[in-house]
Amino acid sequence: MTATLLLWSIFLAQILLVIAMACATYRVLRGPRAQDRVLGLDTLYVNATMLLLTFGIRTGSTLYFEAALIIALLGFVATAALAKFLMRGEVIE
Amino acid sequence: MTHLADLPVWAAIPVALLLLLGASLALIGSIGFVRLRSFYERVHAPTLGTTMGIGSVLLASMLCFTVLQSRPALHELLIAVFMIVTTPITLMLLARAALYRDRSEGSDDVPAAPPAPPVQTAAPPAPDAAPPV
Repeated sequence: MTATLLLWSIFLAQILLVIAMACATYRVLRGPRAQDRVLGLDTLYVNATMLLLTFGIRTGSTLYFEAALIIALLGFVATAALAKFLMRGEVIE
Repeated sequence: MTHLADLPVWAAIPVALLLLLGASLALIGSIGFVRLRSFYERVHAPTLGTTMGIGSVLLASMLCFTVLQSRPALHELLIAVFMIVTTPITLMLLARAALYRDRSEGSDDVPAAPPAPPVQTAAPPAPDAAPPV
C-alpha cells in the first residue's frame, strides 16, 4: 500500500520536474537575450538536481546524491562565470 | 521496489507529500519563468523552485534515508546550505549584468545610471590664499 502510494507520487513528481525542465529549456533555446538563456540554464540545473534526488529516493541508493551535489556545484560556477562574461566580456581579466 | 515497502506509513505519507510539493513549486516557478514578460520580472520566478522546491525535496530525501537506514542521514544538508548560499549571489550577478547591458545599450526600460560622485583630482585651494588680482 505505502509502496504503491510512494511509487505513484514519485512518478508524478518526476513528470512535474521534467515539465519544469522543459520550460527552462524553452527559455534557453528561445530566450530573447543572453541573460534569459543564462537564467534558463541555472533553472535547468536546479531542476536537474531535484530530479536526481527523486531518482535517489526511488532507487534507494545514495549514489544519486553525489551526482546532484556535483550538478549544484558546477551550476553555480557556470552561472557566475557566464554572468561575469555578460557584464565584462571576459571571464578572467 | 523492496525498499519502498520497508517505509512505514508515518514516513511514507510525508515523503510523498514533500516530493509532490517540491516538484509542484519547481513547476510553478518554471512556468512563471516562461510566461512573465521582461527579464526583471522573470528573474524572480525560479527562486520559488530554488528555495522551497529543493528544500522540500531534500527534506523528503532526508526523511526517506533516515528511516530506511535507521540512522540520521544528513548529507543532504550539504546541498541545502550550498543552495541557500549561492542562490542570492547568482540572481544578483545576473540582474546586475542585465542592468549593465541594458544601460550600455541605452534602453528605455531601465532608469539611467546615477551620476558618479565627483572625483577630486586636485587639492582644493587653501582658504587663506590671496585672491588672484
